[in-house]
Amino acid sequence: MSEDTEAEEATAPTQRISSFVFAVILITLVLSLAALYFALSAYNSGDASAGILLIIGFIGLGLSTYMLLQTRRSVMRLALKIQPVITTISCQKCGFKNVREFERGDFVFKEVGPCPKCNDKLLVSAIYREIKEKPKEERF
Amino acid sequence: MLRRVKGLMMIPQVSQWGGDPISLVFQMMFTIIFVVFIFYGQRIQMYVMLREVEGSLLRLKYMRDEGRKAAIQTIKELGKPATDPAGRVDQFLEYITIPPEAMDPAGIVWKLEHILDVQDTRFKDEVKLMAPSADPTQVNNLENTLEAAWALNMIYKIIRHYYMLGKKTLSLYIIMQIQMILPLVMREAEAFASALKAFSCGQPIGDGAGQLVAAKMMYGHEKRKVEKDYLVATINIEGRTVHVLKAEGPGGNVGKPGEAIKQIVEENEGKIATMIIIDAAQKLEGENPGDVAEGIGVAIGGPGVDQFKVEEELVKYKIPVNAVVIKEDVGDAVSPMRKEVFDAVDPAIERVKRVILEKTKEGDTVIVAGIGNTIGIGQ
Repeated sequence: MSEDTEAEEATAPTQRISSFVFAVILITLVLSLAALYFALSAYNSGDASAGILLIIGFIGLGLSTYMLLQTRRSVMRLALKIQPVITTISCQKCGFKNVREFERGDFVFKEVGPCPKCNDKLLVSAIYREIKEKPKEERF
Repeated sequence: MLRRVKGLMMIPQVSQWGGDPISLVFQMMFTIIFVVFIFYGQRIQMYVMLREVEGSLLRLKYMRDEGRKAAIQTIKELGKPATDPAGRVDQFLEYITIPPEAMDPAGIVWKLEHILDVQDTRFKDEVKLMAPSADPTQVNNLENTLEAAWALNMIYKIIRHYYMLGKKTLSLYIIMQIQMILPLVMREAEAFASALKAFSCGQPIGDGAGQLVAAKMMYGHEKRKVEKDYLVATINIEGRTVHVLKAEGPGGNVGKPGEAIKQIVEENEGKIATMIIIDAAQKLEGENPGDVAEGIGVAIGGPGVDQFKVEEELVKYKIPVNAVVIKEDVGDAVSPMRKEVFDAVDPAIERVKRVILEKTKEGDTVIVAGIGNTIGIGQ
């Protein structure tokens, strides 16, 4: 089996909505549409139940839309989030600093040529990933 | 039983009731739901749990496949193999390691060490066969990448096993057990998934915090090789002779700190005033990543062989041992190093120096050992 075919097979199930969930969504949608239709007929015939049927119809419609959106969101959540890694290059003598994205082959204390300011050696002084988190309110 | 009778008693009420059709529908609906939940409540709960496990299993499968893809791609890029490495990678992902029998625990450490040595040699040989053009640093990084992919494959297969077993036997308790530990398993799997990129590119990981401390202390000093992939540099801190030990980088390597420390202790005939071991440690929820803590003991993780060896030496020569740890989340340990952890390295060095000055006097000899995976960290 070629690698591409394997890769396709690997990702295919993650992009599929489960048939059970899809059936539930479909049934809810059909029932809510039916409720809306009955609400309209009840309203035309002057029946007081029109209001209740209308509410049931809209709630069902809202629920099915919400379920569909949730399923879409869980499909999107499968993708792995990769955070950028930063490499800092600095000169120990004059303090010159250059920050760039990590490149394969970088390592801490790697010599990366002469300093453009003082011609001393430039070193990879830091490699890290920065996570920007919202400050949390600490209760404990 | 009483609830079941009450539920059945509602049915005649419905049939006798000839009022509003909507109310009748609602009454019928509630009665049906009530009866269904009485008889099938547990089964419904089980299906809900199975659905939850299934969702996580899909994600685990995705991560496993990504791991396999990343390993194959990196081998192709770095190793320039003549044939497609996919088959060999698949074989590697199925490797098993059988731990020694523990019925008679005497001597088990040496048996375990032997098994781990054989595993390490076997893994390295496999990687060399898969990637003939890779240099030693790249071989180490590729080995780590394959190990992360192996871990993801194992997690996926174990969870799949319990999921299928639960589905087959319809046992609520099998499904419940797996559903309860699932959040922790997923955290671990996410950590290995982010480790893939770090290992394949050779980025420093959180576990290397201890090695980074040692690297910064020994930078610019003469180094020599000691036992199993470790280097030592002898520096002077206010009249104290300090032997700083670090695993040889920048390839992914943990070395054998137990052997290296033993060698230095024996070279000095046990005359060591104090020993300081620096490692990354798992933080508790609520603690901040990058917090530095100190204490007593041999801060060496892993299967325990190295910790055992160091403890043997400490007891033999009555050497006091101190630990300095940098706290981080379990997921951060194998992910690219966080800024908070990187920034904690300088305060950790200050702590080490303070311990040396407080616990020893001029002319004493001290051992400082960095522990962890030294990937992406030179010296």
